[in-house]
Amino acid sequence: MTDERENGEDVTTPLLEIRGLSVSYRTRGGTVEAVRGVDLDVWPGQVTAVVGESGSGKSTTAHAVTRLLSANGRIDAGTVRFGRHDLAALSEAELRTVRGARIGLVPQDPTVSLNPVKRIGDQVAEVLRIHGLATRRSAPAEAVAVLDRAGLPDAAVRARQYPHELSGGMRQRALIAIAIAARPELIIADEPTSALDVTVQRVILDHLQRLTEESGTAVLLVTHDLGVAAERAQRLVVMAQGKVVEAGPTRDILADPQDDYTRHLLASAPSLTTARPRTPVSTPEAQTAPLVEVRNLVKEFRLPRTGDGPRTLRAVDDVSLTLHRDRTLALVGESGSGKSTTARLVLRLADATAGQILFDGTDVTAAKGAQARQLRRRAQLVYQNPYASLDPRFSIGEVITEPLRAFKVGDRASRLARAHELLGRVALPSAMLERRPAELSGGQRQRVAIARALALSPDLVVCDEPVSALDVSVQAQVLELLAELQADTGVAYLFISHDLAVVRQIAHHVAVMRGGRVVETGPPEELFTRPRHEYTRELLAAIPGGHVPDPASETTTSRGAAS
Amino acid sequence: MSQSLVDDVDDPAEAALGPSRPVAAGPVPDPGRRMDVRRLLRFVVRRPGLLLSVVVLVLMVLASFWPDLFTSQDPLKGVPSQNFRGPSGSHWFGTDELGRDVFSRVVHGAQLSLEATLIAVLVAFVVGGLLGVVAGFVGRWVDDVVMRFVDVLLSIPALFMSLALVTALGYGTVKVAVAVGIASVAAFARVARAEVLRVRQAVFVEASRAGGARWYSVLARHVLPNAAGPVIVLATLDFGSSILAVSALSFLGYGAPPPAPEWGTLISDGRNYLANAWWLTALPGLAIAATVLAANRIARALDGEWSRQR
Amino acid sequence: MRRYVIKRLTQALGVLWAAYTVSFLVLDYLPGDPVTAMAGAGMDSGQVDPKQIAALRHEYGFDKPVLAQYAEYLGRAVRGDFGDSVSTGRPVTSTLADALPQTLQLTGAALLLAVVLGGGLAVLATYTARRWLRQLLLSLPPLGVSVPTFWVGLLLVEAFSFRLHWFPAFGNDGLTGVVLPALTLAVPTGAQVAQVLAKSLLTALDQAFVETARAKGAGRWRVHLRHALRNASLPALTVVGLLVGQLIAGSVVVETVFSRDGLGRVTAAAVTAQDIPLVQGVVVFGALIFVTTNLVVDLVYPLLDPRIVVASDRRAALA
Repeated sequence: MTDERENGEDVTTPLLEIRGLSVSYRTRGGTVEAVRGVDLDVWPGQVTAVVGESGSGKSTTAHAVTRLLSANGRIDAGTVRFGRHDLAALSEAELRTVRGARIGLVPQDPTVSLNPVKRIGDQVAEVLRIHGLATRRSAPAEAVAVLDRAGLPDAAVRARQYPHELSGGMRQRALIAIAIAARPELIIADEPTSALDVTVQRVILDHLQRLTEESGTAVLLVTHDLGVAAERAQRLVVMAQGKVVEAGPTRDILADPQDDYTRHLLASAPSLTTARPRTPVSTPEAQTAPLVEVRNLVKEFRLPRTGDGPRTLRAVDDVSLTLHRDRTLALVGESGSGKSTTARLVLRLADATAGQILFDGTDVTAAKGAQARQLRRRAQLVYQNPYASLDPRFSIGEVITEPLRAFKVGDRASRLARAHELLGRVALPSAMLERRPAELSGGQRQRVAIARALALSPDLVVCDEPVSALDVSVQAQVLELLAELQADTGVAYLFISHDLAVVRQIAHHVAVMRGGRVVETGPPEELFTRPRHEYTRELLAAIPGGHVPDPASETTTSRGAAS
Repeated sequence: MSQSLVDDVDDPAEAALGPSRPVAAGPVPDPGRRMDVRRLLRFVVRRPGLLLSVVVLVLMVLASFWPDLFTSQDPLKGVPSQNFRGPSGSHWFGTDELGRDVFSRVVHGAQLSLEATLIAVLVAFVVGGLLGVVAGFVGRWVDDVVMRFVDVLLSIPALFMSLALVTALGYGTVKVAVAVGIASVAAFARVARAEVLRVRQAVFVEASRAGGARWYSVLARHVLPNAAGPVIVLATLDFGSSILAVSALSFLGYGAPPPAPEWGTLISDGRNYLANAWWLTALPGLAIAATVLAANRIARALDGEWSRQR
Repeated sequence: MRRYVIKRLTQALGVLWAAYTVSFLVLDYLPGDPVTAMAGAGMDSGQVDPKQIAALRHEYGFDKPVLAQYAEYLGRAVRGDFGDSVSTGRPVTSTLADALPQTLQLTGAALLLAVVLGGGLAVLATYTARRWLRQLLLSLPPLGVSVPTFWVGLLLVEAFSFRLHWFPAFGNDGLTGVVLPALTLAVPTGAQVAQVLAKSLLTALDQAFVETARAKGAGRWRVHLRHALRNASLPALTVVGLLVGQLIAGSVVVETVFSRDGLGRVTAAAVTAQDIPLVQGVVVFGALIFVTTNLVVDLVYPLLDPRIVVASDRRAALA
């Protein structure tokens, strides 16, 4: 990713030249055109990123290159020129000499992309054996060498292990090893890190970049994250609804997007925007009594008994937090940091091992029966996955009125009226009351979940990763909605997220958690500009796009300095 | 293929639908039932095998309640001079050693055999389902105790279990039915428990609990309706296997005493004339196979295709 | 590893004990008075001599309290003594032992046929690219589980014995005699193996690691056999373990159809004669077979699936 490569090398003919590619899937409901007339070039030694939201056809395009489509997928039209061949017209047998040997694939989800019953080394060696690049005898040693090159520590040991014995990041390195084993000219990386924790993401992407730069391999990088694309790719291809809406050098597109959709995408990418301006705080927090106060909270889980007798896991370790009305407190951390467990303890969905939880001045640490029910009435929850949190058999109206029914608030008619009002609040049409969750999109479902949480006019809503399952453009809208509702109702949010970029947009106060402990707290402005704890700095550095110069002000700066 | 591809197919509309651009409120769907019935009909008609299965089962049920719709001949009285006639226009399934019309015996036998099957399924469904729901919903030691008991029931092969119960209870259609039913209690208990556990841990159940709903309303409104599907599928499958089990027991001679025309008994009787009258075994067996096949086909449709379409 | 084996063995013994208890409850207590039934079984007329009943009652210990009887029976059963058959007077254990070899020959052959035919069908059906062949092959297993075993047996006899004279219709004579019964018994079992294996093969072929293998340039056979089948055979193995008990029980019907001597016919005769000790012996033996095969499957499983680690190995892996 240096200026020299971008300008100096022979880039007169593209390595991969896709013209007029159309792909469709046959389903019971009829034929779905996933990709419609896509043109795309990948130049030797360059990284080309295909960016788009789910359903944009970006993944299908990438898989169509080597015709790795699912059984119901078909290339309807177009050519995929790679070197001298048109891959779309090759026979299956000819194509097999290209796959793995000349084009490597780094798949999406490392946790399921390795064969669970084969050793890592054998799976890498298989590529070499298939393409006759190693003999039965030499393959194991070469596989270890490749794993080592892919940055897997203790490669010789790992090669003898099975996938389940490796972490997600290590598995992704093994998959990278498989992709680079035969030294291909092109690597297709399909969302290579979106299933990993953010700090791991960065390390893996850095390594992949270094490897491909060393060997001059071209990369077709598929990603939903504009930040990742902006940081890694020389050229961008933006896709929406199966079509390319804009393509060109990354710099140009970031600086001066031509298409409305690209502009929209740029505006809503959390990692590329700065904190939205918030209205200044009118009443100082200290004057009001805190709504939620958590003191020295501890939660231990008993682990399955092993030979050493009973063991416990401290999921939450001496956590203290304070949340005021009309405020948002964000708990940030990676998976396993104890942030969700903390929230569940506050809501009394789990029992604390030690510590104290005060809700509006009352001790609810061990609240049972009527007291717990009163808490439920005043503290509600919005889940991460809007596909799982709504009963598929309920109509939207039933979903929203369920808390009202549970607390016997009003009669049928008044509950229905309230549901109408709430739907209006979350900007959904009233006609949806009769629909089922399956008929709604992810963003719409999350709005329904928010409406349900607000039905009883609670004082506190716990939002557990409320936008991480949504596309970025939808994310931005849901976050905006949450902020609006807070301004209207004065509700307090306990906002859980792994994504600092999202937190920056909504929180008044941030607590960074790691391994069950709070390592740093503070207002976001301070935390983001002057992080004190090493881990916070790591998290901040891991935000993709964090290293991209602000396109508006630095359009002419050399990108070499940024990387 | 990878999940991204599936996603790509599933929601091409979703990404484009910004909530700022609310979905055009399409025609409000017909309230509830009638819509479902129409869809069900279309679903069935588009699958000829399934349609045939439904027809076969409907005919069997009709035969078991009103056998006279299908035949006017007496299943018990024969014309000795007309014995061992092959299948023909007047005797579709031929006649047996006493000159009785085999078709009429099969039709009348449907009543005994299907009645026994229904009792068997009902016993298994009620007892097994109850055990499973209690184990899954209450959990803790209740779950442990119930499931250990179910493990033990599973460890005894079903046919041995039925035979032991027949030995204890004695012969007869109803007793055989109960024996077959108890032998499949364990399967129902397992499926019901697994489903209740799965649904109980679903996020929407916790969401409902967090919303303040009480346990009985969570059980009745969320857990049971969402857990019922696979249990009903199992009941349909069990209908098929119970027909087989009941007819096997009556083939072995533990069903209704002769001359009652139970399906298994018919084949057992015909066995003595295998060399010279094939229709005595082949055709009643065909009736059993057709019914079981139909039940299994419907179970498969309930299990996969229909639920996938919803 | 040894701890794991000991733990599984203890569990297996527990299940056997419980199965014995269940059979004791069902057979000795459900009908009210087993002695009348037993005494009646030995005689043709319905009249039973009260003296004889009292004698029997004493002989079988029914005049003692329930728990005492249970303890006594259980004590004997642990030593392998299930009492004497009511109808023949021979010990139950030796009656079963005499009948067993014939039945093991039959069920062994049936299991082999079921695995080879059912497994082959599943592999072929999921491999072939020809739509009609796949549909044809996949329609066979549902048919196989829907036909009554005894009916299949009789049709085979009709066709291959009475018409073609290829195989004997009845009896235990040598290898030719076992072909038709084994085939009959293999039909439902093989169909179930095929259903499970085909389903798990399709699931495995749909998983992401198969795409990785294809992206390596692996051919279809390689993907199918080395990657998908290896993963798909695990659920099929579990099913085979469960089916062995069913095969033994199925011998009751098949041996009756083909008039073969063996455990199945002994069982059928025992039920007809209401020979309670013998039936109880058969039930416990069925549970023994089930428990043993599952123990074997459980012990083989970690060898095939590295994800299942037995406790002691897990510690070694962590260290």
